[in-house]
Amino acid sequence: MRPEDLARIAQRMRRAMSLREGAGHAKVTVHMGTCGIAAGARRIMSALMRCVDESTVKDILVTTSGCAGLCSREPMMTVEIAGEAPVKYVDLTEDKVKRIFAEHVIQGKIVADCALAIGSEQTL
Amino acid sequence: MKTYRMHLMLCAGTGCVSNGSYRIQAALERELAKHRLQEEVAVVMTGCNGFCAQGPIMTVQPDGIFYQLLTDEDIPHLVEEHFLKGRPVQRLMYTPPAEKAPVPKMSDIGFFQKQRLIALRNRGLIDPEKIEESIGRGGYRAWAKALTSMSREEIVQEIKASGLRGRGGAGFPTGLKWELTAKQPGHEKFIVCNGDEGDPGAFMDRSIVESDPHSVLEGMLIGAKAIGASHGFVYIRQEYPLALERLNLALGQARDYGLLGTNILDTGFDFDISVHRGAGAFVCGEETSLIGSLEGRPPEPRIRPPFPAESGIWGKPTCINNVETWATVPEIIDRGAAWFSQIGTQTSKGTKVFSLVGKVKNTGLVEVPMGITLREMVYDIGGGIQDDRKFKAVQTGGPSGGCIPASLLDLPIDYERLAEAGSIMGSGGMIVLDEDTCMVDLARYFLEFLRDESCGKCTACREGVDAMYQIVTDICAGKGQDTHIPLLEELGQAVRDGSLCALGGTAPNPVLSTLRYFREEYEAHIREHRCPAGVCKALITYRIDPEKCKACLLCNKNCPRGAIAGEKKKPQKIAQEKCVKCGVCRDVCKFEAVTVQ
Repeated sequence: MRPEDLARIAQRMRRAMSLREGAGHAKVTVHMGTCGIAAGARRIMSALMRCVDESTVKDILVTTSGCAGLCSREPMMTVEIAGEAPVKYVDLTEDKVKRIFAEHVIQGKIVADCALAIGSEQTL
Repeated sequence: MKTYRMHLMLCAGTGCVSNGSYRIQAALERELAKHRLQEEVAVVMTGCNGFCAQGPIMTVQPDGIFYQLLTDEDIPHLVEEHFLKGRPVQRLMYTPPAEKAPVPKMSDIGFFQKQRLIALRNRGLIDPEKIEESIGRGGYRAWAKALTSMSREEIVQEIKASGLRGRGGAGFPTGLKWELTAKQPGHEKFIVCNGDEGDPGAFMDRSIVESDPHSVLEGMLIGAKAIGASHGFVYIRQEYPLALERLNLALGQARDYGLLGTNILDTGFDFDISVHRGAGAFVCGEETSLIGSLEGRPPEPRIRPPFPAESGIWGKPTCINNVETWATVPEIIDRGAAWFSQIGTQTSKGTKVFSLVGKVKNTGLVEVPMGITLREMVYDIGGGIQDDRKFKAVQTGGPSGGCIPASLLDLPIDYERLAEAGSIMGSGGMIVLDEDTCMVDLARYFLEFLRDESCGKCTACREGVDAMYQIVTDICAGKGQDTHIPLLEELGQAVRDGSLCALGGTAPNPVLSTLRYFREEYEAHIREHRCPAGVCKALITYRIDPEKCKACLLCNKNCPRGAIAGEKKKPQKIAQEKCVKCGVCRDVCKFEAVTVQ
């Protein structure tokens, strides 16, 4: 092994381990309430994980949360790019996930025809 | 490494393992598979997280949610709620003493907030059994830098400029030690990692080796080049099976990756490390004794000079540093001496790992910047005294350290301040004592340990410590005399002056420092035959307050000697001639009716 091989391993591992530091350029939340799971959120999650796995950009956090309150429009997910307002996507399919991942998560362009709204509810 | 959306960082340090973390791991993997989450959520076994009192511990990343005191039964609910549905489980989070709401995030918990990790930089963040995870966190980067772009002199200069001092106890400047060894003539030189952690209650070295063995190996590799060493030894206690296993695993992986052995990183540099298991004598932590033990001789200290830097193992120049010191070296090379030396105080740079134990609410392993006050250690990190009793003193530096009283709570912790207060840094043991601790009894306990561990070579230490032990035992038994205090002080000085090594040199500390700050307790034992803390059995009596006794008969039923009698619905009484002063009656009484005088 040469010093440059060491740097290569470090870079590869850093990408896989980056989520342990809790910081990433994008965070995608799949809503996994009972309603979400019944509507197919597990398939959405699997599709999303495949996208992350195949992508060269690795500092993407994928997380789950409970029901977002709009059960009739599940499966849903929220995409947050660091420093920007979160966007909620509704009525998802695996194809829509691929598009949202490629266009919004990677390139930063909101996929308007799948989006419900920009921003979140007020919490205070 | 596969991509997962969630990493469950489950502590597999010795403390959490003995509380069942491998059972938790099995339960997690079973439940994750049941929900078909095994491709999305990874379980990572890490080294010691430090918050040992709350084990088994698990941190969930990327959210940073901190779970504690886990049991197998908690796991099915936890997996379904949090890892499947994304709803963190409050019941399993940490609630600080005196607060009602749990704190979900690790970074918001007081115990962790004041810590700054250098030696323990990878604790809880990597699987110590996988070299690639260490490399992913910057492991061996400093070694590649030192090997390919720094001269031997530059490495030594960097360590000297950083102000790093030995973390094993004495605080000798590390860079100077390296320079002295590097300057010696000859091609055969040795470096040693001293992992003979002998202080009761200290476990920082074990924890470093368990949570990040590569940090120690990397430090040794850098030292090997700087010093020009031909071979390295890790001297580690036989009583540390998990540390030993992970160390051997790490050595094998480092060799496989070409980071250790021959032709390292394709540069032609050769260096290898072997492991020597110590049999656990306290004196082996002293460097000349350690050398004797490594050579196969009895561990006895010898006269210095010559120092090991001139004549160590088999008469060859030898540089011995402690585990924590070696683990700190790569960060200094990687980030520079200027970065390191801005942390800490004028004379003591960087951070120090302490094992915080005793009567504090949060016990565990903490790494803090030098100069932090005892008050911050006890109240902010330690969370205050258990059961809200009164703070009495902190015992630092292990058995040969000393006690620091409440009046010095604002003392900033560094090598010099602790020495001025009559104690030592030692390897970083910190035992917090409350008002129920008798200082004379405490001194007796440490003297007993040191009497057993004295190697017997120097008369002053062998006979002097024993004589001090006998006197203090007499004082505890109510047979103290007025002449005892000056005699103890005189003996203490003689032992200090007449011993070759630091064991004897510091053995009187427990007595001398308690005499300095708690003299009145000795006097109460000797003149009034009274133990103010209610500990020394010969000087106390248990009584039941008839006003407070509710005649529940709990003490009566629990007394192992049948010494408590009384009619039903009437206050109970203790027959003093039968009482063995075990204190069970006081422990079981719900009405605080049992008093000690």
